[in-house]
Amino acid sequence: MKTTDTPPPPAETVPPRMPSAAATPTAATRDKKTGGVLNVFSHGMLVVWAVLVVAPLLWAVMTSFKDDHGILTSPWSLPNHLHFENWSRAWSQAHMSDYFLNTVIVVACSLFGTLLLGSMAAYVLARFEFPGNRFIYFLFIGGMSFPVILALVPLFYVLQNLTLLNTIHGLILVYIAYSLPFTVFFLTSFFRTLPTSVAEAAIIDGASHTRTFFQVMLPMAKPGLISVGIFNFLGQWNQYLLPTVLNTNPDHKVLSQGLVELATSQGYKGDYSGLFAGLVMAMLPVLAAYIIFQRQVVAGLTAGALK
Amino acid sequence: MQHGKYRFIVGFLIVPLALYAIFVIWPFVQSIFYSFTNWSGLSPNFSVTGLDNYQRMIHDSTFWASFRHSVIYVLVLPLIVLAIALFLAFMLNVGGRRKRGAAVSGVQGAPFYKIVYFFPQVLSIAIVALLFQFLYNPESGALNAFLSAVGLDSVQPEWLGDPSLALWCVMAVLVWSQVGFFVVLFSAGMASIPKDFYEAALLDGASRATTFFRITLPLLWDTVQSGWVYMGILSLGAESFAVTQIMTAGPGGPADSTNVLSLYVYQKAFRDGQAGYATTIGVALLIVTLLFAGGVLRVGRRERLEF
Repeated sequence: MKTTDTPPPPAETVPPRMPSAAATPTAATRDKKTGGVLNVFSHGMLVVWAVLVVAPLLWAVMTSFKDDHGILTSPWSLPNHLHFENWSRAWSQAHMSDYFLNTVIVVACSLFGTLLLGSMAAYVLARFEFPGNRFIYFLFIGGMSFPVILALVPLFYVLQNLTLLNTIHGLILVYIAYSLPFTVFFLTSFFRTLPTSVAEAAIIDGASHTRTFFQVMLPMAKPGLISVGIFNFLGQWNQYLLPTVLNTNPDHKVLSQGLVELATSQGYKGDYSGLFAGLVMAMLPVLAAYIIFQRQVVAGLTAGALK
Repeated sequence: MQHGKYRFIVGFLIVPLALYAIFVIWPFVQSIFYSFTNWSGLSPNFSVTGLDNYQRMIHDSTFWASFRHSVIYVLVLPLIVLAIALFLAFMLNVGGRRKRGAAVSGVQGAPFYKIVYFFPQVLSIAIVALLFQFLYNPESGALNAFLSAVGLDSVQPEWLGDPSLALWCVMAVLVWSQVGFFVVLFSAGMASIPKDFYEAALLDGASRATTFFRITLPLLWDTVQSGWVYMGILSLGAESFAVTQIMTAGPGGPADSTNVLSLYVYQKAFRDGQAGYATTIGVALLIVTLLFAGGVLRVGRRERLEF
């Protein structure tokens, strides 16, 4: 790509990576001017979008410290004083603590199950030749493009027949099943990129296939597991459709679903401040976790789409 | 060894495959079958009624309203979201002031913008929908209060209460929540485009717009295309269900002006006790999804550029 033979000697004095400087002075100033206008414009648009993103979130945080009267009469005024009691009321009386606990249990179990079962299936599909391999692989990844809502109607009755409807463990199994397509798709391509020699060495040393998988391959697949784990964590933590249909027992409600419940039932209670406190309470942990782990989160969420 | 290998394969695949078959594949197959029955979902008795459901669907005005909205979603939403995201990503990566020694550079603070833009992506769509429902509230919402504050007292739209405006309000929420993901995704793609290409274009005197359409977009096309499909599936499926169900009156109102296919399936199955008919609508949704994905892949087929 070097073009040192083409430019005439005087051009050597100009830094080769400064294209605009090579032009005539008038062209250079014009270029600078349009560049400046564009720069202001582009930066302006970036700021506008940033404000559009942040303003509703900050507004929610501010509103969660106001009393009901302030919320209903002057949406943009600052709280007259910080009503921390909104938060404690939402946490205890509005069952936010229960919703949190349920969500943590459901997501912890289904995340573990998804990663374990997903990596087992992906490893076998990526590394072993057997009849039906391709068929099973496409069966799994086909699930990524179908509308979940279509399956939900019969699924409701499948769960009812298995007495899993409205139970925590039923919800966990469903979360795992619906997380498998992407997990298997992602991890299969990840396992294919890992070197085969290490696993072969382990087999020659007398390790069983199972032991090779758990003690050699899984540790090697850690970066892939982290990416897909973050992807699934966010998807399962934020899940709304599945619990709304399959988990209507008030004691087992998860966070997003519980908040919507709170919003629809607050019609007669009128506890707007408590609702906003609950809303912010549900937002903050994920946002905080994202800011801390943002590099990994972004990598995990975009890795699949870039493949 | 061979025997051990097959035992290992079966042992590893059996649990994930069984879960997937019971909770995903089997309900899908069943739902196609149920679409030809008059099953209520409440009792185990039903009879096969052939194409009756499909005939009924053709004469169902709510179905057609939902169908139209879903088609608008799938055609318009990806275009808006991808256009905004491409613009912002291009500005972040290439829109910076030209520095000495670099043909293109990102704007200052690009990492900060990317972090902020990504915020909505980590929040549950249910929480986002709830938040915007309050922003849109005509009496005590932040939007109308803002309009009053800047002197637009006469402009106080009903937002979600106005049948001609409600659909666009709901779509705006989906745009708000999805743009950030694609900005980050496209940024990653743009970062992998070699800087030499931009230098060459600038040497030839190309403007920023030309650079974008002749260099960035063609080289990013694969990512844009998969983002397009992803965004389309999302705007037909669970996300459109959540925002419509949570934010709109009815839900789906006022006067069916916001109903979408995914919500209509849910309402028919779990509100009206017409599970058979609900799966028929679900099949229509499946067809729209497949047509869209097929269409994008066909329209978007281009020679793959290697670089």
